[in-house]
Amino acid sequence: MNTTVASGANYTGISTKTSIFDVLRSELTKLRTVRSTYWSFLVTLVLVAGLSILIASAVVSRWDQRPPRERIGFDPTALGLAGVFLGQLAIGVLGVLVITSEYSTGSIRVSLAAVPQRLRMLFAKVGVFSLVTVVVGVVSCFAAFLGSQALFATKNAAAHLGDPGVTRAVLGAAVYLTLVGLLGLGIGGILRRTPAAISILVGLLLVVPILVGFLPQSWQAPIARYLPSAAGQSMFAVQHASDALSPGKGLLVMLIWVVVSLGGAAVLLVRRDA
Amino acid sequence: MIEAVGLTKRFGSTLAVDHLDFTVQPGIVTGFLGPNGAGKSTTMRLILGLDRPTAGRVTVNGRPYAKHGAPLREVGALLDAKAVHPGRTAAAHLFVLAQSNGIPAGRVDEVLALVGLTEVAKRRVGGFSLGMSQRLGIAAAMLGDPGVLMFDEPVNGLDPEGILWIRNFLRNLAAEGRTVFVSSHLMSEMALTAEHLIVIGRGRMIADTSVTDFVGRASQQLVRVRSPRMAEFSALATESGWTITPTSDGALEVAGPSAAQIGDAVAARGIAVHELTEVQASLEEAFMELTGDSVEFHATGVGMAS
Repeated sequence: MNTTVASGANYTGISTKTSIFDVLRSELTKLRTVRSTYWSFLVTLVLVAGLSILIASAVVSRWDQRPPRERIGFDPTALGLAGVFLGQLAIGVLGVLVITSEYSTGSIRVSLAAVPQRLRMLFAKVGVFSLVTVVVGVVSCFAAFLGSQALFATKNAAAHLGDPGVTRAVLGAAVYLTLVGLLGLGIGGILRRTPAAISILVGLLLVVPILVGFLPQSWQAPIARYLPSAAGQSMFAVQHASDALSPGKGLLVMLIWVVVSLGGAAVLLVRRDA
Repeated sequence: MIEAVGLTKRFGSTLAVDHLDFTVQPGIVTGFLGPNGAGKSTTMRLILGLDRPTAGRVTVNGRPYAKHGAPLREVGALLDAKAVHPGRTAAAHLFVLAQSNGIPAGRVDEVLALVGLTEVAKRRVGGFSLGMSQRLGIAAAMLGDPGVLMFDEPVNGLDPEGILWIRNFLRNLAAEGRTVFVSSHLMSEMALTAEHLIVIGRGRMIADTSVTDFVGRASQQLVRVRSPRMAEFSALATESGWTITPTSDGALEVAGPSAAQIGDAVAARGIAVHELTEVQASLEEAFMELTGDSVEFHATGVGMAS
């Protein structure tokens, strides 16, 4: 066994400063060297594209027996992206894990010893995660859209990317997925525990909208549309319900959710002991 | 060089670190000794800027840790060997750290070879034994070839060969002029590895001294005496002003006189003696004596500790 300490290169005394690019590269390596990343992205793709196409095929198979209310509000774009509602959970959970796995394994201490500028580390995490997730989101959403529209086309009911608002809606869905991931990262950073953070995220996305449904009618509308899921739906609908937010406002509301959660995570990261 | 001035950390109502002042010098191994729960790990976290001190300050090479541009090139630390994402390979774990501090990728292979983990470089860390994890942690600490090294209980989980390896490793690092700060709760281990000792208990400084002085000051000469006429011997001891302590197996340990003095005294009185043995108080005993009041959790025999 080697008992000498000889170092291959002598770095001692060379005072170098690391840049944000070093930290970004490091965070990208972190993301791509664990399996959960690949699983989450694969599940996202399967849920977003697969489920959207499955729902489209179900609609197409009973096309002639559709009730009138389904025919009136038919939005092939939004329907062709329906898988986003489940796919967001996979992305959201990955967002949570990107930060909580560092706490559950204790490696946050190793990470922060390597990068003591804590906000720089968080910023690099957010940057790398956003970039990678947006790519996965765009691929998944376009696959969902193209697959489902190919089915709708058999009934001459397909939307096309050139139609007004359609490309915006598909990209909106991809951006929504990314923002849900960042919301998860923010919640994970605040709570530091995987189960708690996932529960809060899933509750916010799926359970709170149901609970709001039990509120008196006059309270529902003003609250419901500012929830992340409703704001997201505004981002990728082409035909808008009368009480829904515009796509731009939907994006703004989602951004506020993300900024608040990440802001909370940033403040706590700096103030708390690691 | 590590310098702490009035370093204090309070968790709720507990003072984990209580006004510590110390300097860890380069060129020697400095042992950081104390019973479990004495505040060693907290102190190390404070040095790395992971915890914020309640009062006081600590600098590494003249600056707070977080003010170093590329900290891994200044300070290498192993706090918790198991604090690694289990899904990452050993090489990937080191590569992540190297990138964050602008350290060339080639250094990863060098440090893996240094600790003897080259063959498991591509294995996931989750399957590593504690000993392998310790080696990986040491490899991580060596990545930036830093002048200051800090290890928290590095021999935990190592086999005898590994313990011997790490002793030599630490001494070689110090011989190269580096600052080496190693914590342990085992006095015997530190006596073999360190030249200087910082001993704390309940967060407070107990001793800041060279190992030689510590051992000399703490060790006490005792003589074990066994006699069929114990009562008479006890009376003699009391007369002569010797301190006697009965042992569990019916002998007496006498502090003060040498074995020869006791032998002469009992011969003069005609007291038969069946055993007369000089006993060196072990380092561990000396350490326990020193830190005895400061152990946080005392065992209280059978049942729950109160």
